[in-house]
Amino acid sequence: MTHLFKSTRTVLLGGAALALAATALNAETLRWARVADALTMDPHSQNEGPTSTFLHHVYETLVSRELDGSLAPRLATDWMIDPEDPTVWIFELREGVTFHNGNAFTAEDVVFSLERVRKESSDFKGLHANVVGAEAVDDYTVRVQMDGPSPLYPQNLTNFFIMDSDWAEENGAETPQDYAAGEEAFTVRNAMGTGPYQLASRDPEVRSVLQHFEGHWDETPEVTEIIYTPITEDATRIAALLSGEVDFVQDVPVQDIARLEQTEGITVTTGPENRTIFFAYDMGSEDLRSASVEGNPFADPLVREAMHLALDRDAIQQVVMRGQSVPGAQNVPPFVNGWDAELDAYGPPDPERARELMAEAGYADGFSVDLNCPNDRYLNDEAICQAFVGMLGQIGIDANLVSQSRSLHFPLIQNDESDFYLLGWGVPPFDSQYVFDFLVHSTEGARGGWNGSNYSDPELDAKIQSLATETDLEARDATIAEIWQQVQEDRVFLMVHNQVLAYAARDGVNVDVDPENQPSMTRVTFD
Amino acid sequence: MLAFILRRIAQSVVVMLVVALISFTLFRFVGDPVASIVGQETSVADREALRERLGLNDPVLVQFAGYVSRALQGDFGISYRLQQPVGELILSRLPATLELALISGFFAFVFGVAFGVYTALNRRGWLSNTIMTVSLIGVSLPTFLIGVLLIWVFAVELQWLPSFGRGEVVDLGWWRTGLLTPSGRASLILPAITLGLYQMTLIMRLVRAEMLEVLRADYIKFARARGLSNRVVHFGHALKNTLVPVITITGLQLGSIIAFSIITETVFQWPGVGALFIQSVQFVDVPVMAAYLMLIALVFVIINLIVDLLYFAVDPRLRVERTPARA
Repeated sequence: MTHLFKSTRTVLLGGAALALAATALNAETLRWARVADALTMDPHSQNEGPTSTFLHHVYETLVSRELDGSLAPRLATDWMIDPEDPTVWIFELREGVTFHNGNAFTAEDVVFSLERVRKESSDFKGLHANVVGAEAVDDYTVRVQMDGPSPLYPQNLTNFFIMDSDWAEENGAETPQDYAAGEEAFTVRNAMGTGPYQLASRDPEVRSVLQHFEGHWDETPEVTEIIYTPITEDATRIAALLSGEVDFVQDVPVQDIARLEQTEGITVTTGPENRTIFFAYDMGSEDLRSASVEGNPFADPLVREAMHLALDRDAIQQVVMRGQSVPGAQNVPPFVNGWDAELDAYGPPDPERARELMAEAGYADGFSVDLNCPNDRYLNDEAICQAFVGMLGQIGIDANLVSQSRSLHFPLIQNDESDFYLLGWGVPPFDSQYVFDFLVHSTEGARGGWNGSNYSDPELDAKIQSLATETDLEARDATIAEIWQQVQEDRVFLMVHNQVLAYAARDGVNVDVDPENQPSMTRVTFD
Repeated sequence: MLAFILRRIAQSVVVMLVVALISFTLFRFVGDPVASIVGQETSVADREALRERLGLNDPVLVQFAGYVSRALQGDFGISYRLQQPVGELILSRLPATLELALISGFFAFVFGVAFGVYTALNRRGWLSNTIMTVSLIGVSLPTFLIGVLLIWVFAVELQWLPSFGRGEVVDLGWWRTGLLTPSGRASLILPAITLGLYQMTLIMRLVRAEMLEVLRADYIKFARARGLSNRVVHFGHALKNTLVPVITITGLQLGSIIAFSIITETVFQWPGVGALFIQSVQFVDVPVMAAYLMLIALVFVIINLIVDLLYFAVDPRLRVERTPARA
C-alpha cells in the first residue's frame, strides 16, 4: 500500500511541475473536457465509453475502427483466417514498436494481454468468449485458436488493448481489478502501453495530462499535449468552453447546440452516433404485469401495428430532439452491416387507421400499461417517452410513464420485469449479429441477455447462431437480411431514431465526430 | 463530567449504527450495482456470479453486519466505480470539501455580521434596504441557479475567475491545499460565495434582529447616558451581546455546509466528497455511499457532542443538577 501512496505523490508533483511548464499554452496543447473521467487506467477492467476513449491514447489495439466503420491496421499489420484451419486467426504484428518504458512490443505481449482480458474479473471477457488460446509463432506472429469458425472475431478487437507483459509481471498486475478483493490493483492508476501519448500526470476526476510519446511508431500528431478535464454539469462544461478554459467539449447537450452554433468563436460539429433508440414490449408472455386487461395485448400483431402507426417520428425529431436525430424504422444504425434503406423507411403516422386496428383487435376501449423509461442515459430519453405517451393516448392506449435512473431501469429489462420500455443500443462490432445476439435471440446462455420482449422463435434462433460460424460472407449477409425481414414483419422493435453526436470546439480546432464517440486526438488538426 | 461524556459517546455510537442501518436499507432502492459495474455484453450468468461474489444476494442484515465488522477494522471496501479503497478515496477528497466549507463559513460569518450590524444601525438607509432585498433574493434562489449565474457573469462574460475546478493544488503529503497558489485561491471564490450565501443571509438577519433587540436594552441607554461614543456603544456593548447565539448558529451551520456542499461541488466540478457522493449515487457505488453517509453522521455527531460539552461548561445548572445524583 505504501508504494502506491508514494507513486501517486510523485505523479502529482510531476503534474504540478508540468502544469507550470504548460502555463504558456501553445498551439500543440489541446484542453479537452467531457462529462466523465476514465474510471480506471486498467485497459481490461471497465467496458465503458469514456474509459475506452481515454485509454486509446495510452494503449493501442491490434486493429482500429475508421470513422466509416471499417477496420484498419494498428498494432497488427495484417490478419487472416488460417487457410488450413478455419478455427484459427493469424495476426501479423507491426515491427519496431516500443512501449513507453522502452520495452519492445512482441507477440508475447499480445498472448499475455489476450490471457489477461479473458480472466474472470475482466469486463471484456464476453468479446473473447470463443477464444480457446493463443500462441506466439515467432516475435511478430500470433495464432489465436477459436472454439469454432469465427469469421468476425477481429470486429471484437477494436477495444482490446495490449499491455506490456514484463511491466505487468514486475508490478504484479496480471489480473484486472477484482471488486470482491480488498486491495486496489496497480493498474488502476498506472499504465504501460504503446499508445501515441503517455500518462504524464493523473489526478482522477480532476485532471489528466497526456504527452506525446516520442518513440511512437506513427507520424507525430499535431496535438502533442492533452489536458483532459471531466466536467459533469452541462452548464459548467459549456461555460468552460465559452470562457476559453477548454478548447474542445465532447458531450454537448442537445439544447445548447443551436445557441453554440450562433456563438462567435465556437464551431459545432455533428454526426451520427452508433446508437439506436427504440421501444420494445413483452410480446411473448401470456399475461402482462401492469396491463388493465386480461391476456397480453402486445401479443396481437394488430395492436403492434397500431402502435407503429401511432408513433410520429418526425414530430419527435423536430420537437423533442430539436432536429438532432436521424429517424428510422430499422433498429440498426445506417453504417452497420445489415442495414437496409427499404426496411429503414417509415411512413407518416396514421392514428385513424391505428384506432381501427385497435378496434379490430378487440381493444376499442383501449387498455392501460406501464411504460418504463430511463431518465439519465440517452439524449432526452424521458422526453421521448412523454411524447410517445401522448401519441399512444390518441389510439386509446393509456401508458403510465415510469421513468427512473438507469441503475433501476436496466435491471428491469435484464430480469424480464418490464412490459414496455425504451432502450438504446450501440453496435460496436458494426454487424447486425450483435443486435440479434442480444436483443432478438431467446434468452439462453450468452445470448438474449437484453431480450426483454420475450420474443422467441427456435428457427430464427438457429439462423442467428449460424451467423457466428458462417465463413461465406455472402451467404451470411443473406441470412442477416432474412432475419431482419422477419424481425420487421413481426414488429419486434418500435424503432424511433438514431442518436446524433455533437462536439464543440473553439474556432481553429478541427475534430471529426466519431460514430462510436471515441474520438482520437491524433486526428485533431489546428488551423 | 466523565460519566456525562461517556454517556454522550455511547449515544453517538447508537446514532451512527442507526444511520448505517437506514442507509443500508435505502441502498436497495437505488438500483442494482452490477448493472453499472459490468458492460452490456456481460451474460446473465456472469452478472449473477458477480452479484454472488459481492454478497449482494445476502439479506440486508447480513450485509450490514459484515459491513460494520469490516468498517470497525478500518476496511470500507473498494469503490465499484473508481476501484480504489473507499477510505483512501474519501480522505483524498476531504481536504477540498473542508477548505471550501471553512472559507465559505468564514465568508458567511464576516459578511453576515458586517451587513447585519450595518442594516441594524441604519434601518432606513437605501443601502440597508438594498442589502435586505438582495439577501431575500439570495435566500430564495436555489444554490444551483446561483452557481450557474455566478459562472456566467464572472467566468464567461467578465472572464475574471475560473468556471470550474480547484486550480493548482500543493500536496503537503497528508493534505492537498489550493490556498497556497493564486489559481487555487481564485478558484475558491465563486464556489465559496455560492455555498455561503444562504448562511450569510441567515447570520445577517440573526445579527440584525439581535442588534435591534439589544439596542433597546437599558444598559445601552445607560451607556449612551454615560456619554460613550457610538462606536463603543455599538461594538463594545451591543455587538458583543449579540454574538453568543450567532456563534452557536454558525457552528451548527458549519456541519450543514459540509454536508450540503453536494450541489455547489457538482456545479463547479469541485473535487470534494459531495461531488463524489452524487456520482456514486448515479453509479450505485454502495461502498462509497455508505462511507459518505457515515462520515456525515460522524460530523453531526461530533458537532453536537462539542455543543453539549460547551453547554455543560457554560451552564452551571447542568453541573448542579448532577452533583446530588452522584452523591
